[in-house]
This record gives sequence, structure tokens and C-alpha cells, in this order.
Amino acid sequence: MQQSEQRDEVEMLAMMLLIRRFEERASQQYQAQKIGGFCHLYIGQEAVVTGAVAATRPDDYIITAYRDHAHALARGTSADACMAELFGKVTGCSRGLGGSMHFFDRKNHMYGGHAIVGAHVPLAAGIAFAAKYRKEDRVTLCFFGDGAINQGSFHEALNLSALFRLPVIFICENNLFAMGTSVKRSTSLKQIVDRAEGYDIPGEIVDGMNFREVRDKLSEVIESIRKDSHPAFVEIRTYRYRGHSMSDPASYRTKDELEKFRLDDPITRLRAQLTREEKLTNEQFDQMDKRAKETALASVKFAERSAEPPLENLYNYTYVNGASA
Amino acid sequence: MREITYRQALNEALAEEIERDSNVFLMGEEVAEYNGAYKVSQGLLDRFGPTRIIDTPISENGFAGLGIGAAMVGLRPIVEFMTFSFSLVAFDQIVNNAPNMLTMSGGQFNIPITFRGPNGPAHQLGATHSHATECLYANIPGLKVCTPATPRDAKGLLKTAVRDNNPVIVLECELFYSHKGPVEPPDEELLIPLGEAEIKREGGDVTIICYAQTVPMALAAAETLTEEGINAEVFDLRSIRPLDERAVLESVSKTHRVVIAEQDRPFCGIGSEIAYRIQNQIFDELDASILRIAQEDVPMPYNERLEKAVLPSADKLIAAVRKVCYA
Repeated sequence: MQQSEQRDEVEMLAMMLLIRRFEERASQQYQAQKIGGFCHLYIGQEAVVTGAVAATRPDDYIITAYRDHAHALARGTSADACMAELFGKVTGCSRGLGGSMHFFDRKNHMYGGHAIVGAHVPLAAGIAFAAKYRKEDRVTLCFFGDGAINQGSFHEALNLSALFRLPVIFICENNLFAMGTSVKRSTSLKQIVDRAEGYDIPGEIVDGMNFREVRDKLSEVIESIRKDSHPAFVEIRTYRYRGHSMSDPASYRTKDELEKFRLDDPITRLRAQLTREEKLTNEQFDQMDKRAKETALASVKFAERSAEPPLENLYNYTYVNGASA
Repeated sequence: MREITYRQALNEALAEEIERDSNVFLMGEEVAEYNGAYKVSQGLLDRFGPTRIIDTPISENGFAGLGIGAAMVGLRPIVEFMTFSFSLVAFDQIVNNAPNMLTMSGGQFNIPITFRGPNGPAHQLGATHSHATECLYANIPGLKVCTPATPRDAKGLLKTAVRDNNPVIVLECELFYSHKGPVEPPDEELLIPLGEAEIKREGGDVTIICYAQTVPMALAAAETLTEEGINAEVFDLRSIRPLDERAVLESVSKTHRVVIAEQDRPFCGIGSEIAYRIQNQIFDELDASILRIAQEDVPMPYNERLEKAVLPSADKLIAAVRKVCYA
């Protein structure tokens, strides 16, 4: 048990490194105009999704908003398929038809990538509804930002989930800003988690810069839900180092604030924990980081040499053929 | 053939599909314990229980989205809107999530969901409760939209919609729930394909293209017109999207004159689309300009006399037919 837990943590650290190096490459490729549209980076928030995924079973459902690259990667979508999607190539995880904000991977139960703020929260309730309808003990993890909690769809989904006791965890990745508007200017509550109380949903606050805390807290919540289906709410406090999207210089916050969070970097923190406990050497860490960089660079090469989606398939995905038996 | 009401026909369709496939369930406001605001789901809770017939709070955006999420993992929800005027509260879910998912996911997630309920102006319900929504929804690639006008079409189209692997919107006529008509007996499977129009009355002088509320209106107008020696073909679209373009062109090629009778508003309307396609493809077949009758282009007034003035009517239709026939 001890052995596998150690391995898992090292593996999850490697995943956090991959996410960061992937995002850095994506940023570079965006600036080189290889990637179009909007591109929202996750750098700084890596412990949230890796911690959450570490607490799940592979058949649990994951759904998120538009800052979604990390969620796909953490779920097992290859860096190649992710980068190719950013490049709009047919080898992408959504065949180049979704783009940065619409990553999907059915095989790994990653249910998107949704770009209208708050609009996927009812979808999460529906996925959880289906699990309960089929008497499965699968849990749905629904990620969204602090900007989503003032949308009607969010509130309606929480009410329905509580009413129907659906097995869904609402995970608010509170990075303090909805685009450029701070939580203080958007939300009447002192703390976001109190939204859950209004729907009689149990809520927790978790330090999102601490992988272990995220994993352990979510493991507890998931265990409770599997025992007896119910919704839960977790406010995970985190920080994005970059702007809202690639085009945002983030001038609405101070350098000091950014520095404060950088000092608490989730990768550095888990590395230090593992090193202190003699579960990881500096050499091993450097090796892992090197591999992450190589994987990210290889994904760019893969995306570059991949084909565009064929023009003649333009109408192939508007409707699916056939009917139920 | 036996005669049943439009309401009973829909009720049979629901019961048969819920019985047939355990993935199918009905969800909406007042569908279970209240037996449906218009009694379309009468008796279904007793028969199938609360896991299949599910009451929701007044929360259209929430439960429409919940249905779409359930459909992502393979359930086949039937979501009832108490009226399609209320579906506008769920517009983002119906327009942004349901029809886009297949494309956005590169073909990984189809959404086999049915949205159904009464649509179109009823009687003196005022501006907010009188919307015909077919133009709005037919505009969206990825959605299918059908508009049954008879009990038989209601049953056959709804059953097909539930089995379709795409999001389908079934727009029922609030004013028709008590209309009776012939429908095959329950032991005969009745499925009517989406995108297949039906000629409700054959005629050779003019084609009246209609759907939903304008179908009985057109049939009545056609009877009156026979007295004037005009033999009108009443062409019921039944589905707005997919559109049975081939059948439209065939009928018009036979009659050479067209009036399009719409229950929706005229601007950017279904009639504009059909008129465009006719002139584009069979311009030389036309012996007269295509005319349209639709609602007046205003929010619906409450006052009965004004409401009547806004709505399409048999009189307006007859006048238009006379004009295209130079009668």
C-alpha cells in the first residue's frame, strides 16, 4: 500500500510537470500563431485536477469548463492528441473540430471542455443522474471556475442535484478571478463554499496548491458518495499564473500577489514533500522534468505533421445516422 | 380505423417508447403527479413509477441541461416543456449544448434527446406565452424539428423522435390536444420518418404549403375554394428540419402556384426559405409569384380582436390563393 501510494505520488508529480510543460509549449505555439482562437492556460492550478483525478476511479466521469487541457491530460489523453487539437488537426482529441475550449475524450470519460460559463454544470447533473438511474456507483466530477457560480445554470443544477441526490461533486477552482473581475467584485458571499449551504449540499474548502490535500479531501468525499449517493461541493483555492487567456496581460492584479502564489507553487511543494520524505531524488525529478519537456516538444512535432480534417467531411458531424434499436 | 385525440396519441407514443426501452424516461414540470399540465402524460406515473416519470422544479435551463448530460451517457430523455415559450429559458442548453456536442467532440458524443411540448399561439395568452419557436430552432444545424398537425402524425413523429440518435424538437399544437383523428391500433407500430411531408388533400391548381396550426386552416380553405372552382393541394410539411424539399418541388411542379401558410412570424421565416428554394430550383415552373401568410410582425397582443388580426387565418389564406390563381 505504502509502496503504491509513493509511486502514485511520483507519477502524479510527473503529470503535473507534463501539464506545465505542455502549457508552456502551447503558449509558445500560440504566440507563433500555430494555435488559433482562444487559449486559456492552467499553469499554477496543476494540483487541483491531478489531485482530483488521483482520488477517482478510471470509470468516474469528469467534465469541466474551457480551461480544459489539464483535465484531458490528467485523465490520460495523450499530449499528442491535445496539442493536435490546439493545432486544429484531425489527430486531435476532438478531431480538430473543438479547439482549445472543447477537448473531449470519451474513452477516458472526459466529457468536455465546455465554453459557456456555467452551462456544463447541468450536464454534470445529467451524467450523475444517468449513473444513479443505472444504479452504478460512478461519481461525476464537475469542475468550473469562480466565475460560474453566479450563473443561473449553476444554481439550477445544484438544486436539482440536491433534490435528486445525485452522485456529483461540484469542484469550484477558485483562482480569484473571473476573467478580470475579482471574486470580491463578482460574488456577494465572503466565501464561495457557502453557495452549497443554500442547497443543503455539504461543502469543503481545500488548498489547491497542495496536491495531497486535494487528493485526500476528494477521496473522502468520493467514498461518502459511493456509499450513499449525494452531491457535494468543494471550493479549491488556487491561482493561475497567466492571464485569463493568451490575450490577457492580467493587469488587474499586482506582481506581489502573483509572486506570493508562485512561492507556494504546487509542483515545488509536492517535490519538496517527496524529497523530504526521501521518496524522490533531485536526479529523478530532473529526469521527470526532462521527459515532460520532451513529451511536450514531441507533441508539437506530432501536431505539425498531422493532417487537417478533410474538407469533404464538413457535414459528417452535424447529425449522427441511425436510430435506437 | 379507430379515432383518438391528439393528446391520447401523444400519450400512447410516450407509453410505448418508455415501455420499449429502459433508457427512455420523461421529465418536466408537472409531468408525474399532476399528470401533465395538458394531461399528455396522464397515467404514466402510475404505470411506470417515479424513476421513469420525473417531476422537476420550474427550472427549464437546469432540467434541459440535465437531460442533455444524461443523453451524453446514452440515456434517451424526453424533456417536456410546459410550453415552448418557456423553452426560451433553456435556449442556451437547446441551442448551444444539444446540437453542438457531436461536432465539438469530433463525433464522440451524440445527444439522443427529445424536447417536446405545446408550441405556437393558443388563445389570448399574451406576448410571453404565445411564441411559435419553429423558426428559431430550425435555424440550428444539429437540431431536428417536427410539427405534427394530426393525432396520427403526433404519435408517429414522437415515436420516431425518441428513437432518433440526435436532438429532436417535437412542437405540438396546444389548440389541437382535443382534436380527434384516425390512428392505427396500438398493436401496430406507427413510425413516421422525420423529413417526410404528407399531402393532406390532393389538388391540381395551387399548392398550399402548411404545417401545424395552418393545416386544418388550409383544409378548410381548400373546401371553400372548391366552390370557386379552385382545387388546392394541401401540403403538410410535418417536419421543418429536415425539410422534404423533393416533395415540395414535386407538388409545385404539378400546380405551378404556391401559397405558404405559416403559424410563426414572417421575418426570416420558414416560408422565406421554402420560397427561395422553389424559385432557385424550379423558377420556370412558377406561373405566379409565391405568396406567404404568417403572423403579423408584432409581439402578440392580448386583446382578442387584435390577436385574431395578428394570426394567419383561412380568410387571409383564401385571399392569397385567389391572388396567385388570378381569380
